[in-house]
Amino acid sequence: MTRTLREVVFVEGVRTPYGKAGDKGIYAQTRADDLVIRCIRELLERHPELPKDKVEEVAIAATTQIGDQGLTLGRVAALLSGLPNTTPGYSIDRMCAGAMTAVTAVAGSIAMGAIDVAIAGGVEHMGRHPMGEGVDPNPRIIAEKIVDPSALVMGQTAENLHDRFPQLTKARCDAFALGSQGKLAAAYAAGKIQPDLVSVATRHKELGYGLATVDEPPRPSTTMADLEALKTPFRVRGNVTAGNSAGLNDGATACLLASEDAAVAMGMPVRMRLASFAFVGVEPEVMGIGPVPATEKALAKAGLTIEDIGLFELNEAFAVQVVAFLDHFGIADDDPRVNEYGGAIAIGHPLASSGVRLMTQLARQFEEHPEVRYGLTAMCIGIGMGGAVIWENPHHADYVASASKEA
Amino acid sequence: MSETTTAAPVAAAVDFAALFPEEVVTKALVRDVTMPGQAGTMALVTLDNGFDHTKPNTFGPASIAGLQACFDGLRARAEAGEIQAVGLTGKPFIFAVGADLSGVPKVTQREQALAIARAGHAAYATLMDLPVPTFAFINGAAMGGGVEIALACDYRTISAGVPAVALPECFLGLVPGWGGCYLLPNLVGPAKALTMIVENALNTNRMLKGPAAFELGVADAMFAPAEFLEASIDWAAKVVSGAVTVTRPEIPRDEATWTGAIAASTMLADLKTGKQSPAPYRAMKLVAAARTATRDEAFAAEDEALADLLMGDELRAGLYAFDLVQKRAKRPAGAPDRSLARPVTKVGIVGAGLMASQLALLFIQRLEVPVVLTDLDQERVDKGVGYVHAQLDGLAKKGRLNPDKLNRFKALVSGSTSKAGFADAEFVIEAVFEEMGVKKQVFAECEAVVSDTCVLATNTSSLSISQMAADLAHPERVVGFHFFNPVAVMPLLEIIPGSTTDPATLATAFAVGAKLKKTCILVKDSPSFIVNRLLGRFMGEVGRVADAGTPVEVIDQAFMGFAPMPPFVLLGLVGPAIALHNGETLIKAFPDRFYVSEGLKAIVEAKKPGFYTFAGGKPALDPEVLALLPQPENPVVLTAPEVRERVLGALAQEARMMLDEGVAQAPMDIDLAMITGAGFQFWNGGLTPLLDRSGVAEQVAGARFLPAGAASVPA
Repeated sequence: MTRTLREVVFVEGVRTPYGKAGDKGIYAQTRADDLVIRCIRELLERHPELPKDKVEEVAIAATTQIGDQGLTLGRVAALLSGLPNTTPGYSIDRMCAGAMTAVTAVAGSIAMGAIDVAIAGGVEHMGRHPMGEGVDPNPRIIAEKIVDPSALVMGQTAENLHDRFPQLTKARCDAFALGSQGKLAAAYAAGKIQPDLVSVATRHKELGYGLATVDEPPRPSTTMADLEALKTPFRVRGNVTAGNSAGLNDGATACLLASEDAAVAMGMPVRMRLASFAFVGVEPEVMGIGPVPATEKALAKAGLTIEDIGLFELNEAFAVQVVAFLDHFGIADDDPRVNEYGGAIAIGHPLASSGVRLMTQLARQFEEHPEVRYGLTAMCIGIGMGGAVIWENPHHADYVASASKEA
Repeated sequence: MSETTTAAPVAAAVDFAALFPEEVVTKALVRDVTMPGQAGTMALVTLDNGFDHTKPNTFGPASIAGLQACFDGLRARAEAGEIQAVGLTGKPFIFAVGADLSGVPKVTQREQALAIARAGHAAYATLMDLPVPTFAFINGAAMGGGVEIALACDYRTISAGVPAVALPECFLGLVPGWGGCYLLPNLVGPAKALTMIVENALNTNRMLKGPAAFELGVADAMFAPAEFLEASIDWAAKVVSGAVTVTRPEIPRDEATWTGAIAASTMLADLKTGKQSPAPYRAMKLVAAARTATRDEAFAAEDEALADLLMGDELRAGLYAFDLVQKRAKRPAGAPDRSLARPVTKVGIVGAGLMASQLALLFIQRLEVPVVLTDLDQERVDKGVGYVHAQLDGLAKKGRLNPDKLNRFKALVSGSTSKAGFADAEFVIEAVFEEMGVKKQVFAECEAVVSDTCVLATNTSSLSISQMAADLAHPERVVGFHFFNPVAVMPLLEIIPGSTTDPATLATAFAVGAKLKKTCILVKDSPSFIVNRLLGRFMGEVGRVADAGTPVEVIDQAFMGFAPMPPFVLLGLVGPAIALHNGETLIKAFPDRFYVSEGLKAIVEAKKPGFYTFAGGKPALDPEVLALLPQPENPVVLTAPEVRERVLGALAQEARMMLDEGVAQAPMDIDLAMITGAGFQFWNGGLTPLLDRSGVAEQVAGARFLPAGAASVPA
């Protein structure tokens, strides 16, 4: 048989507002699965042109697949979202890059011709499921020194990055963090964040129902002085603080992916086209450097160089890890192409959900920047990995739709 | 001149806390939410009593006081410009199910009842008068005062997943008196309002699902349950901002439409209650007045109606009856410890006639175990199995059974002319001819096949269980298991231990009965048990009066609203031959009190199907039947009230004897049995509350059945 690889496009992404994990957070008594179901239903609602039975896969990521994040969440969420029995689903775990992996996994299926339309997303309710809940590390990890014990504590891996790259000072990281807060506040003020949010009714036994409509973590009034005064919980007199890291958060994302042909045939918008992607492993104790080799690999696969990338959506697990990336590629810490709407330091980082947030924001920036041909979404991943996905902007003058390419 | 008492001091003088000391308070939790599209801030009120959905939100006096305080606070905030809308929703799965009636038995004075009515109206009126748009988001079950608080809002949304919306007040003996009789007809028109208020309530409290309630006009918008609240708030924001305009059908204001609707409902109420329950008529009066009344007038009239009805015996009896079917029915008095019950994995049924086939169908559906029908010849067996298959096919056609379940259930029923298939059954029930010799022989044949512990149950309606068991090797396994026709519809199951029945057998019988979802009542082994004995005495007395010369139509008139249908109509439904058989059985047991009508004998002999013909759907007395009735030389013609008093007296005597003999353990079991086995009425509390409140119990039996206040207004 002959096989034609198909182009994969990003139709639309949505997310819940992100909340602070814990008893006082907006989602303290809200189920994790309900968060991601809300996103899936919103996608279906926004795309009445897509018949529900044409959704051929639902891949949902969660790092801690227990309780309301367990039970083959992709399948159960599909059923609870009102998709027909015929729509299959599965769960994905690649820690922070869960949703990103959900996207690349279903993209692989689409490209190969196995399916035409899929939903990919992720959820992490770190209040209900703290990082490391129920883990049982193999004793050989320590006994045989497979990885440095600090590799399992993400904050320590960030401190390790400071050791490896002494030029990445705390001051640079704090400045980057401050910028993230400011950029998000500006994006909110300009109404650039709100269109991708779905409101969530938040039931609380003692307080009654509320409605989450905006992100809870941002601290727009943060100053450098505030950041300098924060403790360094991962190392005495260290560099990594709550201010220059993403917090512990609750939230979910989902996006609609399709073959470009199917999207066009059904009348679905094409917001981004997948150019290439790569996941690469690094030393677990400096997991934050992961996006560098992942990006290099993805660029190579796409036949591009870093200069071709006009917009960057880099997950800000830690400021140091973003700054390390920028430093490596010779990009200024405050380059306007980078995280135009701010990043996880301000918005929050519900682990497995974040990948799709990066893509959703990049898609919106593509619309605003038709001059940009390619954009990058990238993130570091626990246990020493990096993930990078390069996207092509369909609004760019040189963009050629796949159907017309064949003709 | 006496002083006129004004409302406020009365309300203040009533100590609600003493009336409802254990009220589960439904709190009104308020949180501000931001409405999308710059529509401003909505104060979102969540009704929540702190328990899960198994204990729904109700409004007792403390809850009403909380609502009043909440709405007063919202008024101040709205006037201060802090909020632009108010939303009202429930806890998960429950909106609110109405007034908390648990304290009603303690309400002894009309002033107390009036104060409760007024407090609710005051709170709801405060909600209605808020200076910002108000929205009810009906997220779950809504009944009575829960529906009414939604009606008090300017707009309503409803979840497509709501399982039940109802105004059950008339079912219990009240009226929707916190605005329902005024607001609903003015929202959806009189006919649709009366569908909910009267028709559904009197049809054994039929409830509407969310889409049906939306269709009726109760809500302005409907949303899927998954994002019900988010979508509702989004919609509300658009209403506030003017992006959505709510249009409702024009309500006809002409008097003819309203009187027409009332007339239709009156016919239905007459049919269902024989004018014996005051509630629906009071509700219709309020609905009629709602066409022109101001809100204050309407609310005041509702206050009076609630006070009158709360102080009426019919409502007290209704609440008593409701409690019986809700609670006593689920925990049968005198049943042995459940742990003694043996598992039942296969059922045998002796006989393959209509009753046996109905039993097979029920056992298959509820127990989901193999059922073996046996009869004397293959033709009857095939007919029995065929009946079950046809019924299952019918259910499948209606979509109530999916194809896999249909296959499974069909495969569960088998038939045979041999009882060999009973060998591994744990429960065998006989439904053969009602004769002791036949039944004993059947059980002896069963015993030759079954295990030593297999329960042998009998569906006898009158015979002695002890006698039936006497000659068996294991008489301890025999138990009476008496269903009522039609088996699928009638909830009652009389469970009768014989003198030797052991606790494990009895426990198994109760466990099976519970799985069959029947209302199980423990009855002492005695002729015809509870329901048939009382109905037999009733019909016997009625027949005696008829034989003596009182016209049939007068007798039927005397029992309007007592039994589900007049006695001579019932006779046609039961079948004259069966009624005669029951009467003859009872007269053998109690020759001094029971009576077999000569007229009935003549009708059976003439093979007439009943007293009435139903040509054109209208019942009319059959002149040929009337000609068969005895024509006494000196007819004693009683009036309807005389007939009623005399027959109720006989029933009071019989019920008292049954309690004295231990046939029924308590008056509550008699009432529960008559409600669930004979369709007796809530507003009479079944039977004994009616006998008590009419004075017949004390006159005839020397004492009340129930203490004053239990199912009546305490003195």
